[in-house]
Amino acid sequence: MTQTTDKVPTDLPEREYTVQGGGDWQTILPAPEGESERLVVNMGPQHPSTHGVLRLILEIEGESVTQVRCGIGYLHTGIEKNLEYRNWTQGVTFVTRMDYLSNFFNETAYCLGVEKLLGIEDQVPERAQVIRVMLMELNRISSHFVCLATGGLELGALTAMTVGFRDRELILDLFELITGLRMNQAYIRPGGVQQDLPAGAEKKIAETVTLLRKRYKDTHALLVGNAIWMGRTVGVGYQDLAACMALGATGPILRATGLPHDLRKSQPYCGYEDYEFEVATQDTCDAYGRFLIRLAEMEQSLNIVEQCLDKLSPGPVMVADKKIAWPSQLAIGPDGMGNSLEHIRHIMGESMEALIHHFKLVTEGFRVPVGQVYSAVESPRGELGVHMVSDGGTRPYRVHYRDPSFVNLQSVPIQSEGGMISDVVAAVASIDPVMGGCDR
Amino acid sequence: MSDDDTPDVEQTSPATGSEAVPALDTSPQVMGVRRGSFGVSGPGDTSGFGGLVEAIVWPAAATRPYGMPFDEVADEIDLSLAARGVPATEAIERVVIDRGEMTFYVRREHLIPFVTSLRDEPALRFEFLSGVSGVHYPHDVGRELHAVYHFVSITHNRRLRVEVTCPDGDPHIPSIVALYPTSDWHERETYDFFGIQFDGHPALTRIEMPDDWVGHPQRKDYSLNGIPVEYKGATIPPPNERRSYN
Repeated sequence: MTQTTDKVPTDLPEREYTVQGGGDWQTILPAPEGESERLVVNMGPQHPSTHGVLRLILEIEGESVTQVRCGIGYLHTGIEKNLEYRNWTQGVTFVTRMDYLSNFFNETAYCLGVEKLLGIEDQVPERAQVIRVMLMELNRISSHFVCLATGGLELGALTAMTVGFRDRELILDLFELITGLRMNQAYIRPGGVQQDLPAGAEKKIAETVTLLRKRYKDTHALLVGNAIWMGRTVGVGYQDLAACMALGATGPILRATGLPHDLRKSQPYCGYEDYEFEVATQDTCDAYGRFLIRLAEMEQSLNIVEQCLDKLSPGPVMVADKKIAWPSQLAIGPDGMGNSLEHIRHIMGESMEALIHHFKLVTEGFRVPVGQVYSAVESPRGELGVHMVSDGGTRPYRVHYRDPSFVNLQSVPIQSEGGMISDVVAAVASIDPVMGGCDR
Repeated sequence: MSDDDTPDVEQTSPATGSEAVPALDTSPQVMGVRRGSFGVSGPGDTSGFGGLVEAIVWPAAATRPYGMPFDEVADEIDLSLAARGVPATEAIERVVIDRGEMTFYVRREHLIPFVTSLRDEPALRFEFLSGVSGVHYPHDVGRELHAVYHFVSITHNRRLRVEVTCPDGDPHIPSIVALYPTSDWHERETYDFFGIQFDGHPALTRIEMPDDWVGHPQRKDYSLNGIPVEYKGATIPPPNERRSYN
């Protein structure tokens, strides 16, 4: 890139500034005539404020951004391809790692698809559905906490970061209590959930909800109406309804335009029609509106979790069909965590058929009838859809995730072009992309 | 699916058309055959299941009447296509209604008027495209590559799937980026993973894989390419070489 200004003494040779100190950039990309101030700058993929390994290619003039393009794919791990080599139950372990901040949504979308293909949606026990909803809503809160925390960090609000991660920790503790894992749980399985809630879980969840409500007020007081926070986000990252429709944006971005589109209301799954909650909307179309929506959704999610606790009634957590129900009950034995002793006693000492059954199901898996389905859930970032094809075998023929991060990132140019570089950061933070989900 | 090239299962002849309208294709779609039960064949097979041959038959095509929400959509599509000078029977190959979801198989040369109808017709108003995904069916000779579009009408709270096929030797499908800008990245992804060329796309480049990658990884003829893992003296083969029960 050639830079000539009047201040440079004319007797000096023309100086060239390149980002990486030369190379063959001059021959590849000569500077356009008459655009001496135009710079093309890579922001990311290793940049603390791009929210993961997102690469933004910015064309800037001074501090203003004239064009933005996203470069993605740095976290592509071929999960969809790998799924074609595992059986249907094992798939959950892979999909939970896609969007690593909303694991339970990935798992639920996958399991709803498998259940639809199997035609067993009605057989999934009530308790399993309530547990799914409860975990998803807790997950929504923890995901929004991360959005708030990293978004705050990127905009220089460090307290938002510490508050967000502190409170998210409470929810991760609940996940650890219920599933044994803080992330990547693979807890929701085709036909139900892996195992029942442990003793005392309901009490602990209720306590945490009470604590989160108390702290929610602090978070609210910290940022809502905060002059600096508003200065960075109000009017930034503008995207109206028409642009959302054209670009396929969903979730808080869409609801910030005033359209109360939420799959939990419009196409309920897992029994969402039985819960009372409101779809949060704003009409500002900007980053601040999305932030307010996330805050409101966290409060609604706390309400739903409380309703789940009321709804929890004793019962099975997996379909009764033993040809689908993976034997996943765990217990602590003398040599550590393993299959439940009761189950081991049954298959090893009591029933030869049960042993055969266990062996067949665990090694071979179950067969899923031929066909294709699309199942979608409302993840913290928008519509998370799964297109799933079965050829009648024990493995998925094709699974494709329509991840909201992938789609919503297409909105970066429309939100950022014409603004300042610092507003790009605010816009990306308000989109809240998770690159693990985007790249899969 | 098994690795055999031709399904040796009897194909029933296409159903004869009804009197009034030329009927859509309702013949069963055999997508391949499955042999045996443990992925072994030849003399090594001691399972006793090696002789099993099972056709993989896709859910049957639907015939009118489709049932209430579906008939309304189909009628509107027929009318709207006719208004655009494209007979519905020419544009639509078949209609499948399975598990409460409606799929239109649309011929690629008529995709643009079809999708325009979906978007612009007030009674349809599929204003939102959820995504495009590709599927590779190597046994579906002449229609190996499928692009599957998932449409949503927020106005009418409906979903609709549109499936377009193209042969492996001529992998071209018209791009709908001009109609639905959101399909930009979806089409790039489908191109990246399956090699489908979306004609008219503004910049059809790879999106997930590196720019200089060779091949299209989600195709069935692209190996998973795992490596064996050694653990405590034992060697575990990569997933694509392990025993398959498919």
